[in-house]
Amino acid sequence: MKKVYINSIACISAQKTFDNSEFLDEVIIHEDQVVYAVEPVYKDFIPPAAARRMAKGIKMGVAASKMAIKEANLKNVDAIITGTGMGCLRDSEKFLSGIIDNNEQFLTPTSFIQSTHNTVGGQIALELQCKGYNFTYVHGSNSFESALLDAKLQIELDEAQNILIGGVDELGEHTTKLHKLIHHIKEEKVTTNTLLESKSSGSMFSEGASFFVLANKKQESTYAEVVSVKIYNTLSQNEVSELVLSFLKENDLDIEDIDAVVLGNNGDFKFDGFYNELTSTIFNNTQQICYKHLFGEFNTVSPMGIWVALKILKTQTLPEILKLNKKETSSYKYILLYNQYRGENHSFTLLKTC
Amino acid sequence: MEALKQELKENIIEQLNLEDMTVEDIADDDMLFGDGLALDSIDALELIVMLDKNYGIKLTDPKEGRAIFESINTMAAYITEHRSK
Repeated sequence: MKKVYINSIACISAQKTFDNSEFLDEVIIHEDQVVYAVEPVYKDFIPPAAARRMAKGIKMGVAASKMAIKEANLKNVDAIITGTGMGCLRDSEKFLSGIIDNNEQFLTPTSFIQSTHNTVGGQIALELQCKGYNFTYVHGSNSFESALLDAKLQIELDEAQNILIGGVDELGEHTTKLHKLIHHIKEEKVTTNTLLESKSSGSMFSEGASFFVLANKKQESTYAEVVSVKIYNTLSQNEVSELVLSFLKENDLDIEDIDAVVLGNNGDFKFDGFYNELTSTIFNNTQQICYKHLFGEFNTVSPMGIWVALKILKTQTLPEILKLNKKETSSYKYILLYNQYRGENHSFTLLKTC
Repeated sequence: MEALKQELKENIIEQLNLEDMTVEDIADDDMLFGDGLALDSIDALELIVMLDKNYGIKLTDPKEGRAIFESINTMAAYITEHRSK
């Protein structure tokens, strides 16, 4: 089977990550329960005539995809695979509100056309004129990992050489209100510096887009090799350590081989126990890394954990703000990522420097 | 009539997300489709819904739209003559 490399990365998030020459050199300290993405100048990536109908999520997705394609030094790709938890939320809200407000009359086409979950993948294909495989996975916090797994299998089986994959979600005003009502968003204001020590339920919500080019060949821009990906719908807390060990064993690795573990702690005291289960036991002596205090929580924030891991592997540096424990690691070869949201949709992703 | 033209320009900019445009950028006789504002078929659907919602005008013959939506002048004239609200 072919090896799978990540040859480029692009990330638009609640931090200024769209400038890929930096690695969190300047951190934005958020002080709110809902934090918005820091956007690039879209005119640099999308023609104004096309951009005028695009909501924020589509713009973020198209811009990030173009950044990733450029870094990989490609003009086109064999396939585009997107993951999104909630799809194009703003246009969905606009269209549905229109139905209610106008008593099911006067429905306009634009917001409906742009509201589907696969709009981002479609718009990227239109921009690239890519007529290859185009698929969008919608599976909560495993949406991106499903896309990653699909791309990995296609490259391993030599069905494609270069695949663009990404995760994108945007904040919608009405949906945010609903998440507050059901306490998935914290009731009290939180800050980047205090989120992970929070003792309340819910998290800090956010949005963003992350895109990567996966390929079967290494090149100068290559960040890492995707060694393995595994996803689970449901797990109990006491199963996690055992499953991590068996995941590592499947890849002929032991705990000691893992140089850092990137965890999805989001400050929700009800569910961070899944991560604490690992940090207090098998990964007690491993470099522990968190990122959601910088990027917030949403269904496709996990690729931002991958973005963090890839930057570490490539630069062999780890910004202080990402460290969860005091362990000092001088070189990084293997990084394991573990993510879940509200106890569901768990994923293990193993990356290796190359 | 002048107030209606101003209102139409404001609504077109808002409804069609013409983000970089202001009312001053649209002349009364500018072509809305083709060489002028370069609107497209999706915009035409938005304009048809706007006529119905804001002025109570239902366009049943698509061929009519070509002449009505030629410019702000032609739209304002048609609305003045046919509006029911």
